[in-house]
Amino acid sequence: MDTILFIVFATVAVVCAFNLVLQKHPISSALSLIGVMGSLAVLYLMLGAEFIAMAQMIVYGGAVMVLFVFVIMLLNAGTEKPSGKSWFAQIAGLPLLLAFVAVMGFAIRAGLPGLRNVEFGSWIGGTAERIGQLLFTHYLLPFEVISILILIAILGAVVLARREID
Amino acid sequence: MNFILISLIKMALVFAVFMTTLAYLQWVERKVLAHIQARTGPLRVGPHGLMQPMADVFKLLTKEDLLPPYVNRFFYLLAPFMAVALALISISIIPFGPEINIFGVRTLMQISDVNVGILFVLAISSVSVYGIALAGWSSNNKYALIGGLRSSAQMISYELPLTLAIVSPLLLANHLSFRAITDSQAGFYLGFIPRWNIFQMPFPQIFGFLIFMIAGFAETNRVPFDLPEAENELVAGFHTEYSSMKFACFFMSEYANMITISCVATLLFLGGWHPPFPAVFSNWLPSLVLAAAALIFFFQATQPARRIDRFSMPIFGLGALLLAVVFAIPFVQTFLVPVFWFAAKAGFILFVYIWVRGTLPRFRYDQLMHFAWTFLFPVALINLLVTAFCVAVF
Repeated sequence: MDTILFIVFATVAVVCAFNLVLQKHPISSALSLIGVMGSLAVLYLMLGAEFIAMAQMIVYGGAVMVLFVFVIMLLNAGTEKPSGKSWFAQIAGLPLLLAFVAVMGFAIRAGLPGLRNVEFGSWIGGTAERIGQLLFTHYLLPFEVISILILIAILGAVVLARREID
Repeated sequence: MNFILISLIKMALVFAVFMTTLAYLQWVERKVLAHIQARTGPLRVGPHGLMQPMADVFKLLTKEDLLPPYVNRFFYLLAPFMAVALALISISIIPFGPEINIFGVRTLMQISDVNVGILFVLAISSVSVYGIALAGWSSNNKYALIGGLRSSAQMISYELPLTLAIVSPLLLANHLSFRAITDSQAGFYLGFIPRWNIFQMPFPQIFGFLIFMIAGFAETNRVPFDLPEAENELVAGFHTEYSSMKFACFFMSEYANMITISCVATLLFLGGWHPPFPAVFSNWLPSLVLAAAALIFFFQATQPARRIDRFSMPIFGLGALLLAVVFAIPFVQTFLVPVFWFAAKAGFILFVYIWVRGTLPRFRYDQLMHFAWTFLFPVALINLLVTAFCVAVF
């Protein structure tokens, strides 16, 4: 059952990711990205990280992508015109992509030697309780630093937006 | 195997009840609005218009399914499907009653008890914007586009106070599952004040409840926040180009969202299925209420306003009397009384929805945004801070 679900949602994620790049219209690309986010959330859920899965749906699938779609609709962006591929991209694109995948695969195999096969449902550290405990004990400093960083980003956005209006 | 069978039975049951409520909610809305405006409402199809929902469904099913030539076909067809599918999903994690024991089979009165239940509802509600936004965009119509844009801006804005209002009951219950949140509200202060979150000492969540309700009205695009379909400015808003069953999908999703929001408000603030009185009284109250309803029906039959009332009222009265007897059987009480209280509370909130629709005029768009960001959001923050302080100190 787990394996079937994994195959289904992994396929959906990969197909949506390809579709994201191949689609000509920004709205189609944005919706494909939502598909990727949603299937990733399901994969997190199957790994036992239910809080991360829901946060993924709320933050990425909901808030961030709604803003994307909203901006695309507001600007009424039309279909993208193919801008004539460069000769370098045409010749070296595929080989470079394969080389990149190979290097990444090698780096992961070599850099993380303790990798094991994933077993669905064996990990139970993904509850909201555990994550909250970790955030407020072990990862307290990074957590607070990130919240200050986000606050600065919000203030920066407000300042920039005000300058535009004035 | 047993688990799958029980789950299937529960799914069928919840789906049937949910769909019936969906259909009849619209009848109730038309009736209540009519009586608010001193009219009679639907009256022709069946006694007191009771078959009206069936007639509407048949009308919508048999209408011509128009597909305008200038729309973006794929998204135009996808949008109503997304809207209705996302609206119907949330009901699957709403608990309607405690764990029950029927002929030795123990089961929860809920399709599935997700331990991040409230987050699941938030995730679904944050994704359900796409149905409306896509409908507005793909229709290729300026009214529809403005409706879709308004709707997405409104839903993003009101999601903040909604979420902040939800956090306080979570702090009080210290859990994310609906069942645990509701169970934390069982019992009574001094033997008679229910420990619902709305009466929770030392800081009652009444403000949280009001913020949640206001934001919920905006999330479901209901009056006074129904700017996305303001008919005097936007024809019909995001569903201008939709007809027949595709329009019905949007209609259904609006009512399904209403029901979900009412259920969530009941669970978070009004103690879910926990009765407002100690069990001795609350177990017999449903029977009493139904018996009183039967008496009123019989009394109405003696002075019929219309000729048909002489036959229809006694039948309704007999039905109510039968239900009163059913509710009086001790074995049935264990699982029907919690559902009665849950339905009573959620039904009351649904009635408030309709009542507000009959009472309040529509906001202007800038007022709507101003209200969300400069009033509702700060108030929700303060409410959350005070609640957190109380939870930390007491």
